[in-house]
Formats: sequence, structure tokens, C-alpha cells
Amino acid sequence: MDCNQVFVSKVKRLIVVFVLFSAFLGFSTTAFAQVDSVSVSGHEAVAHAEGHGEEKKAFDITSFIFHHISDSHFFTLFGHGDHGVTLHLPIILWTDNGLVNFSSSEFKFNDDGKVVVEKNGQRFAIAHNKIYYANATADAHGSYVSHEVKDGEEVVTNARPLDFSVTKNVFSMLLSIIVLVLVFTKVASSYKKRQGKAPKGMQSFLEPIILFVRDDIARPNLGHKYAAFMPYLLSVFFFIWINNMLGLVPFFPGGANVTGNIALTMVLAACTFLITTFKANKYYWGHILNPPVPWWLKPLMIPVEIFGMFTKPIALAIRLFANITAGHILVMSLLCLIFIFNSYAVAPASIFFAVFIGLIEFLVAFIQAFIFTILSALFIGMAVEEHH
Amino acid sequence: MDLLIPEIGLLVWNTIAFLVLVFLLGKFAWKPIMKAISERENSIEDALNKAELAKQEMARLTAQNEDLMKQARAERDEILKEAKLLKDNIVNEAKTSAQVEGAKLIEKARIEIENQKKAAVAELKGQVSALSLDIAERVLRSQLDDKAKQQELVNGLLKNVELN
Repeated sequence: MDCNQVFVSKVKRLIVVFVLFSAFLGFSTTAFAQVDSVSVSGHEAVAHAEGHGEEKKAFDITSFIFHHISDSHFFTLFGHGDHGVTLHLPIILWTDNGLVNFSSSEFKFNDDGKVVVEKNGQRFAIAHNKIYYANATADAHGSYVSHEVKDGEEVVTNARPLDFSVTKNVFSMLLSIIVLVLVFTKVASSYKKRQGKAPKGMQSFLEPIILFVRDDIARPNLGHKYAAFMPYLLSVFFFIWINNMLGLVPFFPGGANVTGNIALTMVLAACTFLITTFKANKYYWGHILNPPVPWWLKPLMIPVEIFGMFTKPIALAIRLFANITAGHILVMSLLCLIFIFNSYAVAPASIFFAVFIGLIEFLVAFIQAFIFTILSALFIGMAVEEHH
Repeated sequence: MDLLIPEIGLLVWNTIAFLVLVFLLGKFAWKPIMKAISERENSIEDALNKAELAKQEMARLTAQNEDLMKQARAERDEILKEAKLLKDNIVNEAKTSAQVEGAKLIEKARIEIENQKKAAVAELKGQVSALSLDIAERVLRSQLDDKAKQQELVNGLLKNVELN
């Protein structure tokens, strides 16, 4: 797949997303109008199903979706709360009094600061998937964290310990790493076993992709120096791809929004940035610190070039994060239409669109991994390029 | 905005995990895989090159054979031509020598004939002289008395005798 095809598919995707999004906006305005007239019992059923407690008056699509795309200390296999099966992930905190760890089951599925866990002489409460030092007393709602409304958003003002918990994202990512290591060491061993012979099985499935990364990503951008960067490019490509794909699987072990989390994309982009910076040759630095422009433009161009060094990896991080998160939001929004209309009649259309977008997301999972890798290769290539 | 602020814990976990992944895959997967792939590609390229060389060698051999055949044919033609020339020479020579020999024989025969003829003439002369003497004797005997008749007789006799 060359760049032109990617560009065409990106444009098509944009059109599809735009059409669906405008359709969705049209729907949701009528939907919210309808919500008011829906009976109270229906609301309570939905609100209860979502487990947001009796305080919720209407189905809150925003918090529902954001709950699903953000990280969590619980990994729900199926069902909800005590009625389902949940993997309780370990909580590891670096607090004022040192390291503290306990199971997330101690929070009893609470997510609004009403349950206090006491460890090491310290009290912790969890609200919106974040762990805070709990207040000594509960407020009027029974919550041990203080809330404050800032810019129209309710924020918790309590201090936080450093949270190094194995969350849903961390768990999912570690799982993907184990899978990658197992699969590729297996493939590597079959390369050793069947030396010089045609690939077979898993090997024959992965070899074209490895060759694709080498011949269409690394070689065109890095030239003859490609070999040194192959381990990084291949790792980054397969890591992003498998996590994108896992994110699309709606049940365990998928469902975590790993590549749609800015922390992950930031780390990956930082790796590309560090490689670019430390592998850069004198031509690259020459171009930044002494750009080939008339002398009176230099005071303008040098800051721009230095700024450009940082915008490239930042764009890289934001692009992957935004694409994957947007995909998840889109699928969730389409499925939420059923709850917004509070009607089974919407389900077929809603599921049809969700499946349709889901299929596009499969393509996007690959394309985003490809784009991240090719841009990394491009940036590294610009840094190590020799001028003749 | 919560989405855009990375959690410190996630950053740490992601950094460690990703570096470990790059290290593990780099050491145990990508290195042997890339090595195996490039080795296989090299061996395929080698095999293709060798096949090309073999093809060229084959073509060269065929051309050589063709050349040899042509050369052999040319040599054969040459030999045939030479043989024909030789034969012609021999025949010509034989003809010439036969002619020379024949001429010689004829010459010899002619000389022999000449000699024989000379001998014959000599003999004839002898005989003629003997005959003449005889005639003369006879004339002398018969016509010794008539001198005119004697003369007439001698002249008549001599007239009839032709020297050849």
C-alpha cells in the first residue's frame, strides 16, 4: 500500500465519518428532545444498568462514553459490578508514607469517593477512576472527596498519590507484549528451523507484513541505513497494530483503549523523537541551526526550525491518540443511540452503523500503525540523510 | 481535558514495557528474522545469477559447437578441394608425360625409319650400282662393237633408273 492509497482511504474515511457524524448530530438533537418525554421508570432502568446510581436523572452519554474510553482499575469481563465477573487489578501507590498496594476489589466497584480504603495509616478513595487521599469526613452526598466546579466541569480537588497501578490499559498492554514476544520468537525459531526454505504457517502470514515494513516503510525513507532502525520500526508497527486491534475487540482481553491513550502515544512519539535527535547528523543540525535562507530571515527561521523539532513528535502522538479515540467514541455513540431513543427499534440501524464503522476501524487500526511507523521512519530518515 | 493529560503511572509503565518489548523483540525476533530473510533473499539471488551464468555458458557451448561444426565442414571442403586438385594434377601430369613419351616414341620411330630408310637407300644404291655395273657389263658385252648403240643403251638405261 503506497502513500497515495493511504491518502485516498483517509479521505474516504473522513467523508464517511463526516456524513455519519452529521447524521448523528441530527439524531441526537431529536433524541434529547425525546428523552424528556420518556417515562421515569425507563430512565431509572438505563441509569441503573449503567451503575451510576440513583443521582442520575437522564442517560448521560458523555460520561458513559468517556468512562469506556478512559483507563480503569477494574477489568470487567461481563455483567456489571457484583452481578458480573470482574478482574480486580492491583493498585500500587507511591504515597507520602512509601509504597502501598492492595486489590482494587477493596473499593467495591465504587467510583465516586464513597468507599474509603485504609492502608499504612492513610485513607484512599476512588472517584472517576482516579485515586485520591480521602477526606476525614463524608460530605452531604456521602463522598469522601471534595468536588469543585471548574469551567463547567466537576473536578476533584483532593491530593493524589503517585499511581503506578496495573490498570486496564497496563494489563492489556502487557498482555499484548507477551503475545508479541511469544508470536515473534516462535516465528524467529521457525526461520531458524526452516532456513532458506519457503515460509510456512504463522511465518507466511507475518513475513509479507515484515517485508512491507522493510520495503515500503524503512527503505524508501531511510535508504541504505534502514537495517539499524528495523527493530524499532517493526516493534512500533506491530505494537500499535495489535493494540489497535485489541481495542476493537469488545470483550476481554480486548476493550482497553490502549493506543487511544495519550500516555502511550506520547511514549512512542518520545522514542521517535529521541532516536531522531540522537541519531541526527551534522546536516540535520546544520539545517536547524543555520537554515539555508537569506541572513535576515535567520532570526525567524531558527526558532521555527527548533519548534518544528518538537511539533513533529507531538503531532505523531496526537494523531494516533485522536484517531483511535475518535473511532471508539464513534462506535460507542452509535450503540448509545439505542439508549438515547430508549427503543429496540433503533437497534438494527444503530448496530448496522456500529458494525460498519467497526469494519472501517479495522482498516484504521492498520493504517494508523502504518502512518505512525512511516512518519517515524521519515523523521529518522530526515535526521540521518546524507547530503551530497 | 482529562483525556489529554497523561497519567504518570501509565507513562512509567508504557515506557518500561515498550523498551522491554523493543529489546526482547530486537534480540530474539527481529535480528534472526531479518537475518534469515536477507540470507534467503541472497541465496535466491545467487541461484538466479548462477542460473543466468549457466544459461550463458550453455549458449557459449552451443555457439562453440556450431563453430566447430562449421570449421569441420570447411576443413572437409578444403580437403575435398585439395584432393580434387591433386587428382587433376596427377591426371594432367600423366597426360603430359604420356604425350611426351608418345612424342619421344614417335621421334624414335621416325629416327629409326629414317635410319632404315637411309640404310635402305644405301643398300639400294649399292644394288643400283651393282645393277648398273651389271647393266654396264651387259651393255659392254653386247654392244661393245657399236659405239653409238652402246651410248644409246646407256642413256636409255640410265633414264629408266630413278634415284630415289
